[in-house]
Amino acid sequence: MAQRRYSLFAVAREAMRFHSGWERAWTSPEPKKRYDVIVVGAGGHGLATAYYLGKNHGIRNIAVIEKGWLGGGNTGRNTTIIRSNYLQDPSAALYEKARALYEDLSQDLNYNVMFSPRGLLMLAQTEHEVRGYKRTVHANTLQGVETEWIDAKRVKDLVPIINIDGPRYPVLGALYQARGGTARHDAVAWGYARACSAMGMDIIQQCEVTGIRTANGRVQGIDTTKGAIDCGKLAIVVAGHSSVLAEMAGFRLPIESMALQALVSEPIKPCMDVVVMANTVHGYMSQSDKGEMVIGGGTDGFNNYTQRGSWQHIEETVRALIETFPMISRLKMLRQWGGIVDMTGDRSPILSTTPVENIFVNCGWGTGGFKAIPGSGWAMADLVARGQPGPLAADFGLNRFREGRFIDESVAAGVAH
Amino acid sequence: MSTRLSRGGRLIDRSKPMNFTFNGKRLRGFAGDTLASALLGADQMLVGRSFKYHRPRGIVASGVEEPNALLGLGRGARFEPDQRATTTELFEGADTASQNHWPSLDFDVGVVNNWAYRFLPAGFYYKTFMFPRVAWKHLFEPVIRRSAGLGRAPVDRDGDRYEQAYAFCDVLVAGGGVAGLAAALQAARAGKRVMVLEQTPHWGGRAPVDGGTIDGKPVADWIKSAVQDLERMSNVTLRNRCMVAGVHDHGHVIGYERVADHTPGDGRPRHRLWRIRAGEIISATGAIERPLAFAGNDVPGVMLASAVRDYVVNFAVSPGDRTVIVTNNDDAYRTAFALIDAGLIVAAIVDARPSATGDLVQKARARGIRVLEGRGIAKVKGTKRVTGVQICAQAGEGAALEDIACDCVAMSGGWSPVVHLWSHCGGKLIWDEARACFRPDATRPPTGDQGQPMVRAVGAANGALTLPEVLADAGGPAADAPAEGPIAAVWVMPQGAPDALRFKAFLDYQNDVKVSDVQLAAREGYTSVEHTKRYTTLGMATDQGKLSNINGLAVLSDALGQPIPATGTTTFRPPYEPISFGAIAGEARGEIFQPLRRTPMHDWHASQGAHWEPVGLWRRPYCYLRTGEGLQDAVRREIRNTRNAVGLLDASTLGKILVKGPDAGRFLDMMYTNMMSTLPVGKCRYGLMCNENGFLMDDGVVVRLSEDSWLCHTTSGGADRIHAHMEDWLQCEWWDWKVYTANLTEQFAQVAVVGPNARKLLEKLGGMDVSKEALPFMTWAEGTLGGVRARVFRISFSGELSYEIAVPASEGMAFWTRFLEAGADLGVMPYGTEALHVMRAEKGFIMIGDETDGTVIPQDLGLGWAISKKKADYIGKRAQERSHMASPDRWQLVGLETLDGSVLPDGVHAAAPGHNANGQRNVQGRVTSTYFSPTLNKGIAMGLVHRGPARMGEVLDFPVGADKVVQARIVDPVFYDKEGEKGNV
Repeated sequence: MAQRRYSLFAVAREAMRFHSGWERAWTSPEPKKRYDVIVVGAGGHGLATAYYLGKNHGIRNIAVIEKGWLGGGNTGRNTTIIRSNYLQDPSAALYEKARALYEDLSQDLNYNVMFSPRGLLMLAQTEHEVRGYKRTVHANTLQGVETEWIDAKRVKDLVPIINIDGPRYPVLGALYQARGGTARHDAVAWGYARACSAMGMDIIQQCEVTGIRTANGRVQGIDTTKGAIDCGKLAIVVAGHSSVLAEMAGFRLPIESMALQALVSEPIKPCMDVVVMANTVHGYMSQSDKGEMVIGGGTDGFNNYTQRGSWQHIEETVRALIETFPMISRLKMLRQWGGIVDMTGDRSPILSTTPVENIFVNCGWGTGGFKAIPGSGWAMADLVARGQPGPLAADFGLNRFREGRFIDESVAAGVAH
Repeated sequence: MSTRLSRGGRLIDRSKPMNFTFNGKRLRGFAGDTLASALLGADQMLVGRSFKYHRPRGIVASGVEEPNALLGLGRGARFEPDQRATTTELFEGADTASQNHWPSLDFDVGVVNNWAYRFLPAGFYYKTFMFPRVAWKHLFEPVIRRSAGLGRAPVDRDGDRYEQAYAFCDVLVAGGGVAGLAAALQAARAGKRVMVLEQTPHWGGRAPVDGGTIDGKPVADWIKSAVQDLERMSNVTLRNRCMVAGVHDHGHVIGYERVADHTPGDGRPRHRLWRIRAGEIISATGAIERPLAFAGNDVPGVMLASAVRDYVVNFAVSPGDRTVIVTNNDDAYRTAFALIDAGLIVAAIVDARPSATGDLVQKARARGIRVLEGRGIAKVKGTKRVTGVQICAQAGEGAALEDIACDCVAMSGGWSPVVHLWSHCGGKLIWDEARACFRPDATRPPTGDQGQPMVRAVGAANGALTLPEVLADAGGPAADAPAEGPIAAVWVMPQGAPDALRFKAFLDYQNDVKVSDVQLAAREGYTSVEHTKRYTTLGMATDQGKLSNINGLAVLSDALGQPIPATGTTTFRPPYEPISFGAIAGEARGEIFQPLRRTPMHDWHASQGAHWEPVGLWRRPYCYLRTGEGLQDAVRREIRNTRNAVGLLDASTLGKILVKGPDAGRFLDMMYTNMMSTLPVGKCRYGLMCNENGFLMDDGVVVRLSEDSWLCHTTSGGADRIHAHMEDWLQCEWWDWKVYTANLTEQFAQVAVVGPNARKLLEKLGGMDVSKEALPFMTWAEGTLGGVRARVFRISFSGELSYEIAVPASEGMAFWTRFLEAGADLGVMPYGTEALHVMRAEKGFIMIGDETDGTVIPQDLGLGWAISKKKADYIGKRAQERSHMASPDRWQLVGLETLDGSVLPDGVHAAAPGHNANGQRNVQGRVTSTYFSPTLNKGIAMGLVHRGPARMGEVLDFPVGADKVVQARIVDPVFYDKEGEKGNV
């Protein structure tokens, strides 16, 4: 299907006729009988998987099946941070691939995802963190990820509203990634969806998978609320509900799901141009283009699927951020919510073959999935197309839990171990 | 123009005038005014500019739903952006300013966006600004960011304080209107503990404005007596200016009390945040009137009909001399009566319904008001103020029938129950066709921990929209009010409005979302209500769609050709109205943000020049600075003194967890890799603790106190975490084991006496035999030392002769002083954490957090000797048997010495030849600890190196930055006193 390109000129032309000529960004077809590949889950990761299957591997007879509305899970409820300053080699490779793809994603998709490489700081507020972040800088240098250690004065220059000599945890410096930043989360899902649709793929929303059919250890198709659909290959990309689908296919996944808390303030004029993460005091904040201070906190200490905003972490997070940015005390919380994060034992994702032939899983992104979307889709497409992981996905297989070959980033995230 | 009427105003006190300023202009209002009523009373209808098009905007509403009247309030440490004028009480000297314009409210350059409105429909930014790539960050984004945002950012530290309070009740009533009061009376008379929270300063809600009788009395009288009755009951707590912000799981309710917003600087906390556990929550939150969507419905002077009568009746403010009322229901007719009663002119009532017949309509006709049936407003005239309306047939496409001059338009699209509190925890809604609103579905309430209904909606919040219905629904006495005819489900005017009108018909005022935007979203496939919301930003402004959401989804449903319930609503999220971060943080700020934990010797350290290092919630001396010394000098001095004479370390922060009970030994055998159950009484053992993944998480000396008691020392930062870890296993897995744990960390002061003179110093204090024979290495004894009851542990983290002595915390400082006095001629000197770290590194002892990072197992650190081979199990055992964990092919602990004696930089990695498949440099190890050793007078380091212990003597390259390489040799990690002679004395 030929799709009209988005551009300033197209908008201007449409303006003359009150925008009556715009077509659907993606079609809304009924499912066909069979697809070469079915991707379950039309979040960022699922849509990106489909997109790169088409773009990199020429597979276009694809359906992306979504229980609710596309981009409605964590893709649409995260704090939009993009960074690749990871410590372990496999993580750094994957997240840097994603970050690099974000650089050109708007042009690639012809949809402005508003990637804003405004710079990202992770504050060091204890000697232990200083050593940890210096270690990360050394690791990143060897990994080809551009990060640097900056001192407290430079932190203050970059973030004038920060309080670097607070009474409790003075800022000692920061790990700085100048090309980290944010993007518009919904636009990432919508942009991929539109590009997939343009390649002739079917995005089928409001369609819940109710069963997975296998024969002789091999996938045959799926049952859905819109009927049975056959497939050659099946990619399960459903974050928190991965275990539910895995159970349908007869295997288990080492995933726990819990709510990660986030909130935004009322919008104010620009006052902070970078993303700041303060791991000692557990809070991070950036300012959206709309002017809201976007704030992330911790995960609830219990497993659940409710996506509700809870209270205990909000209080801690807000306290920490008022210490770090005293001026926010007189701002107001506009909205709080929770997103269900799928956590693995080592807090790193799973990109893997499974015990069932031609079923592949992509899950376990935990608290950090948004930043990975393009890289995740790229690596997953490679895995699905070739039936085996390429170098980006190689270390993220399910077998690592059996072998004890963990990719643990807790130290890089300042998480107590 | 808007003006103050010469009489009336039930909420204002004309004897108390108040001065305030708006954009520097000096204005006057009265006590009891809101900022909004005071501004209107001073003829200030234009109060702001919209978010996207910078259109002039006036006050629309009279309560929390106000989208436009957001002001900057106060100055300096009391400045606050985005303050809602309709919910802020006027106070003397209030300093207010409008937002989002440049250079001024009246002349705003940003209004070019309005002229270009056709080019800026919903989501235009997704389709543009993509080329050239760099322009997004450097040109487009900065421009968008600057023109968006609303208020200016505060600069100063907050000048106010905040507090939090806790409360428990059987019934929490949210809302002090007539429904809430009736429900509260019923619950209170049944003996329940009742709390009633009302967001405004007044009781009774909007009933006094709307009129009627309750229990045969005028509503105002009934309200007064109801409040008096409640105040007299000891089981009832009434709080006004206190909004229920959110309902969370298990009846956890957040209340937001604006204690002193109206009396700034009076010394009270500004806000008080209530955390309430309620057995049942009654949502008596009323309803909010909806606007109608017609072209120019955002021009200043177009207001909600209910707001117009609120201003007239409550504040004696006339929003305009000549008002046109436009409605699809009977309720708006009340506004006509209020205006006429105040001596103002109602030019016409434009009723979208083909025929209107209710009591109120009859009354209007009887009073000679012009009622136009089946009509709508085609467009509003005027830009900064309404000058008139163009009337059309509602069923048509907007052909002008008549122009009516007016300076105010009072609109009513019907009422939406406030279902937020019902919905926060998952209460479901149903669409009420007759009343044209979503209301709570009583069969699907939010549920509590036992599955019982947790929230009950009463009154208007439950869809009971007339006074008799409200009282009946809330279990109150009978009420009487005129009968109302049915509403017509009209959302857009006129029904067939063409593009030119729909592009000017606003749904979300603050975010500038128009009817055409929602229709565009539908056309482009953003058909889920969540997609529409996100694509158009409908309902995402600071009013969170209180005015716009229902209208928006009605327009969306129409565009999609489906009934409204099929479209559904977006999720209602807390808080109901924005609440200050200050209140959320409460008292926990500054010094008591995370209260500092102090050892008994803390103040002494400070007096001796301690350079502090945060360790968990403690602060420990990094070193003690003497006059003229740098940090390095001090650390080196402390090390030399400890190695050559005797040093004192305040080790009180070390975690001390008592584990006791018949199953304590069995339990510790699971917690530690070592065998602890067989440790004889009187002995100490160095223990390792792993998590279920096999990784080392903590270490410390375990002491057998008695047959059934062990004292487990943990790292300073780890005490709480390890205690929680123990309890986690005891409570969740081994709940039937007879074990009790107690964290005694703060009960004891602990002093490490370290160095060749340590024994002499203890002997000078006297009272216990601390000889080599009586107290060998890794044993402990209890006794009286220097007159203080003490436990003396013969353990060492430095390689020196060393004792750690625990005394009751209350004796800590005196005990510490005794050492200093007694040790003067032995060269006693305190040392800090850095000296501790260097000395342990010189001895090759690992440090949790340095040599470990959550990816290291004991076997990697040469600590295999501390793993019991006899035990059937311990936490982490099975994990450590996995192939990669058991492989010899791991990074393992070694010492590292640079070839030139320099200190290796922190955290550097050892490069290996070549690159991996992802193009990254190959690595074969990393530095975990690195120090200058004053003892050896050179740099020493520890690190983890691939098969390290088998590669002694090999030289590795450690790149530093892009072009520098430091070379270091793999050596034994024990740099100092390899034979252990120093401690073995």
